[in-house]
Amino acid sequence: MDEIDRKIINTLQLGFPICSSPYRKVADPLGLSETELLSRLKALLDNGTLTRFGPLFHAEQMGGALTLAAVKAPAERFDEIAEIINAFPEVAHNYAREHTLNMWFVVATETPEQLRSALTEIERRTGLTVYDMPKIREYFVNLRLEA
Amino acid sequence: MLDPTDRAIIDATQAGLPLTPEPYQALAEQLSLSTDEVMRRLQAMLDSGIIRRIAAVTNHYKLGYHYNGMTVWNVPDDRIDALGTQIGQLDFVSHCYHRPRHLPEWPYNLFAMVHGKTRQEADEQIRKIAEVLGDANLGHTVLFSTRILKKTGFRRKTD
Repeated sequence: MDEIDRKIINTLQLGFPICSSPYRKVADPLGLSETELLSRLKALLDNGTLTRFGPLFHAEQMGGALTLAAVKAPAERFDEIAEIINAFPEVAHNYAREHTLNMWFVVATETPEQLRSALTEIERRTGLTVYDMPKIREYFVNLRLEA
Repeated sequence: MLDPTDRAIIDATQAGLPLTPEPYQALAEQLSLSTDEVMRRLQAMLDSGIIRRIAAVTNHYKLGYHYNGMTVWNVPDDRIDALGTQIGQLDFVSHCYHRPRHLPEWPYNLFAMVHGKTRQEADEQIRKIAEVLGDANLGHTVLFSTRILKKTGFRRKTD
């Protein structure tokens, strides 16, 4: 990752225009060609520096349901539990964290009923209690990090 | 609120925006819509908040942020909205939420994510949050992430 990549990352975290040639519109002020921006963006996605590029959906605004949940995965079953949980398409993120509640994942579905059934199914397949922590109120969300 | 055309656009962009010079035209062709309609609908979904942003999402670790801490705090329920708003305004906090306690073992109701390139940087951020909360902080802990096990973003389950 060089200075140009950093600029691209910082710019594209802020937003992306809706117009007929949006990549060119972003590339111009960065002093890049559209082709170079596209090839660098593809490389950043391929090497995992960027996990996604596109519309970031607000699950609840879409009428869907979303929660943060956690389990206490026993150390000797940790990878197996991660595999079971990650296999659910409803699981958007999953992080290992340092705590007795050591696996934290976000579950998003189209309806509250699907959310409940996904959590129940995760409990059934892992044999673990799922601690459901849906947000009561959101005070702030800003997914940007300076590259 | 979302009609089938909006849903089709959402489904078509779940893996990301096409990496071609005219991505909205590419989507339009794929969905048999006009480019104008795709752009107009995306703009409408942005305006209504269904789409938070069209943007890049980073892998924190790859950017050098190795200390990603979910800080969790036990604060009085009758003060949480005021405090959560204040914590959310700290420039290093990326997410801040009120979530339910699971008593007795989980007394924490205020969640704030911090990100540091060093442990020292993260500790300093945690100290600043504690300072803002003052005597409202009835206990806290920090859960650093040790690994990303999955990060695909929100997907609509295909019907």
